[in-house]
Amino acid sequence: MALAVGCRARPGKSRDNKTGSWRVFKPVFDHEKCSKCGMCQTLCPEGCVHEDAEGFFDPDYNYCKGCGICAAECPKEAIAMKQEEK
Amino acid sequence: MMEITEGSHAVAEAVRLCRPQVVSAYPITPQTHIVEALADFVANGKLDAEYITVENELSALSACVGASAAGSRTYSATTSQGLMLMAEVVFNAAGMRLPIVMSIANRAMGAPLSIWNDMQDSISLRDAGWLHFYAEDNQEATDLHFLAYKVAEDPTVQLPVFVCFDGFILSHTYEPVDILTQEQADSFLPKYNPADKLDAKDPMSFGMYATPDYYHEFRYETNEAQNRARAAIVKYGKEFGTLFGRDYSAFIESYRLDDAETAIVAMGSMCGTIKDAIDEMRDAGMKVGLLRIRVFRPFPIEEVAKALAHVKRIAVLDKNVSLGSRGGATAIEVRDALYGSTIPVKGYILGLGGRDIRKKDIKEIVSLCEKGIGDQFYGLRKELI
Repeated sequence: MALAVGCRARPGKSRDNKTGSWRVFKPVFDHEKCSKCGMCQTLCPEGCVHEDAEGFFDPDYNYCKGCGICAAECPKEAIAMKQEEK
Repeated sequence: MMEITEGSHAVAEAVRLCRPQVVSAYPITPQTHIVEALADFVANGKLDAEYITVENELSALSACVGASAAGSRTYSATTSQGLMLMAEVVFNAAGMRLPIVMSIANRAMGAPLSIWNDMQDSISLRDAGWLHFYAEDNQEATDLHFLAYKVAEDPTVQLPVFVCFDGFILSHTYEPVDILTQEQADSFLPKYNPADKLDAKDPMSFGMYATPDYYHEFRYETNEAQNRARAAIVKYGKEFGTLFGRDYSAFIESYRLDDAETAIVAMGSMCGTIKDAIDEMRDAGMKVGLLRIRVFRPFPIEEVAKALAHVKRIAVLDKNVSLGSRGGATAIEVRDALYGSTIPVKGYILGLGGRDIRKKDIKEIVSLCEKGIGDQFYGLRKELI
């Protein structure tokens, strides 16, 4: 997103504002262990977990804050929180 | 036209001639006469503006922020405690890059309560992003408002401006002032035409939030706008001079400085007293000169270094103090401008809370500076401490 003078914006620009940068731990999804229950998508407070064409789930790291709720709730322990190097 | 008038009224006349569309302010001594006069102008049909009466200064500047974002030329005035109540919005106005012009009739900060003059109020908000102009007399206090709007609204700048003049010493003093005609004012300052504005038909947000990925660059950009204001001040200050005979392109003024061995550096109305003291010291054969700073933000770093390069010693006079440091803001900034030079710079805090600054005080400071004594509160009443 290019800088606008005075941080001025037209409506609908929040998608352009990537908010994932304050994450410290990053959820890594293991599709081998996943049962496709969808709890991660249901409980993600950021609404950033998406289902792919095969029914597996993945977070959008542009917006994921690394809260770890998905990893804590996953019944198959298929989500690992890994420290992210920047 | 030349008139003998009170500083506050001359400023109010200048503001009227700038045709602000929205004025919002809360009365506070010693700014009151300015906003009273503007309220009269609006009520009497002499100024076609919306005068928004509010419950306090926080609301006054907030109303100005909204009005400015909506595309209006906007004005406020305050001082001291009122400015501090506005502080949050002061930063927001600069960050949103809104060209608001606000007069500051400089006054001391409480506690203890003081309604009298020093410069602690505006100096305490020097890092907010506003341009800072400091007037020596009422002619300058008046003229700087035209320059302020012209620079603030320049598309390369888009920053708000404090026009500062000493409370009571200027605001309540009658002096001859040449006040422009409406025709002259209009020839210098055209209608405000903002690049962006709040409009329900074409919605837009101002000052949205920025994560750590972006905030750093926004502060950088505001600083760059300060730097771009340097060229705008030179350009429009010169234009004002061509049109009306008073050139404001220089950030600093030198008075008998060319062959001076001791340089005094100061801002505001005390410079009038300093000039008289210098004349008397010159008559006595002393090589003393003055460097007056008119534009404090953006700070004229190179101009100050160049103007003082030849002197043997420098006395910087501050009507403010950065408590817990070595002195006042001007002294700190002058030292920074001269970093690497071997010229000794001594700071003197004086005139706080309305204490008079007399010619003999200036002479005494020059004598202290010659002896290498400085970085002190000058003129303390020893019997009180």
